Amino acid sequence: MPERLVVVGASLAGLRAVETARRRGFTGEVVLVGAEHRAPYDRPPLSKAVLSAHGPLEPRTLRTDLSLRAELGVDLRLGTPATGLDTGARMVRLGDEEMRYDALVIATGAAARPLPGAEGITGVHTVRTAMDAAAVRRALDAGARTVVVGAGFIGSEVASAARTRGLPVTLVEAAEVPLTRAVGAEAGAVLVDLHRAAGTDLRLGTGVAGVEAVRGPDGTDRVAGVRLTDGTAVPADLVVVGIGAAPATGWLRDSGLELHPRDGGVVCDATLWAGAPGVHAAGDLAHWPNPLFARHDEDLMRLEHWTSAAEQGALAAVHALGLAEPRPLASVPYFWSDWYGRRVQLVGVAAADEVLRADPGTERPLLLYRRGDRLVGALSVDRPAEIMKYRRLVASRAPWADALALAGAGTPEPVGAGPAGS
Amino acid sequence: MPRIVVDEHTCEGLGMCEAMAVDYFEVQPEGLVKVLEERPEPDHVEEVRAAVESCPVMALKLVDA
Repeated sequence: MPERLVVVGASLAGLRAVETARRRGFTGEVVLVGAEHRAPYDRPPLSKAVLSAHGPLEPRTLRTDLSLRAELGVDLRLGTPATGLDTGARMVRLGDEEMRYDALVIATGAAARPLPGAEGITGVHTVRTAMDAAAVRRALDAGARTVVVGAGFIGSEVASAARTRGLPVTLVEAAEVPLTRAVGAEAGAVLVDLHRAAGTDLRLGTGVAGVEAVRGPDGTDRVAGVRLTDGTAVPADLVVVGIGAAPATGWLRDSGLELHPRDGGVVCDATLWAGAPGVHAAGDLAHWPNPLFARHDEDLMRLEHWTSAAEQGALAAVHALGLAEPRPLASVPYFWSDWYGRRVQLVGVAAADEVLRADPGTERPLLLYRRGDRLVGALSVDRPAEIMKYRRLVASRAPWADALALAGAGTPEPVGAGPAGS
Repeated sequence: MPRIVVDEHTCEGLGMCEAMAVDYFEVQPEGLVKVLEERPEPDHVEEVRAAVESCPVMALKLVDA
């Protein structure tokens, strides 16, 4: 039995890892290491409720320091970024300190990609941490003219929050259709309509040429506007950058662990084992072959969803501690996003042979994703009672006909092929 | 025997509970979960507990009462 579990990363995946270790009866030492100076908190509200005029100023704490220490007996090291890993010596480096582990769960998540050229300009933000969200909230409270760069889910939620307050919002997206990797081109086009209907000024196929700043009397540069690649300039008091996140794995560079060539995420097997003795990974940084969807051995999946972080954190701890026979993680991805008071939900995957719009003529889109003879995904807007029924079909590898029957769709015309191969 | 309690002010109808314990939870069209059976059978308690703990907004509890 391992004596010491070290969990690096004190957000949802890391929290679930330590909670699960204790619940499943692990009585050894548990150390939880986090870079931020605060106890684990809930991130989805950072781009939703925390940005709304009447929402809470702070995200909910998932578990307090006191509860972690007193109830779970966790050695909690907040404000302590991990700086290195030696898998041979089974040692995590925390600045000047070295900490030995028997079992390790890597859950350092992902960091928002910054907008190149906008470093150090006041009023330009990403939304990843509670501090980021608080700064954006203050700017929105002050009535900022807002430019959002990137029409992904975070960017769309920020645009929605600003627009719902009645503020002028320009949403800039380099692609002609946003979100094609996440939801496919058909659903991306459907979601664009939500922005347009809400009066958000959407600039598709447009990049950022530069951020304009003015120097204040205190010597700091403050954002004044954004120059776009189509030659126009948009004045702005607030620029929010939502161009994706990259796995926070810089500290693993010399660890010998296999990192994904595309994004530096940790490459795991189907049980979330990261390839070194006692080392597992969970959450935003973990690539793993999900047996429900993998078409071949190298078909890896990496998700930045709340539900996957929770699920993977728990499983990684169980496997790292040997509390159960290792099992492959077969999981149906699920996330939700709130736009202009509408609820967008996706279950499964969007890489499909066919995407079917199954709600002809309604205001509440429903798209179904087919691969071979199987339903592999479903996206809905304002259909909270239906989406989990599709999730169950995806989980059970149900035939396409079952999905059509559930949708009452018969055999309508497909709207096109899904995103190729991704 | 434990009982399922929903905080309807917190529930957002995200449906993880339904995904994990379909005999006990069902999200309704207006976006709130309905508890289909308040008291889980003894051999379903672990499944229901997992469903309760999977709630992204912590709207569910399993109380002894």
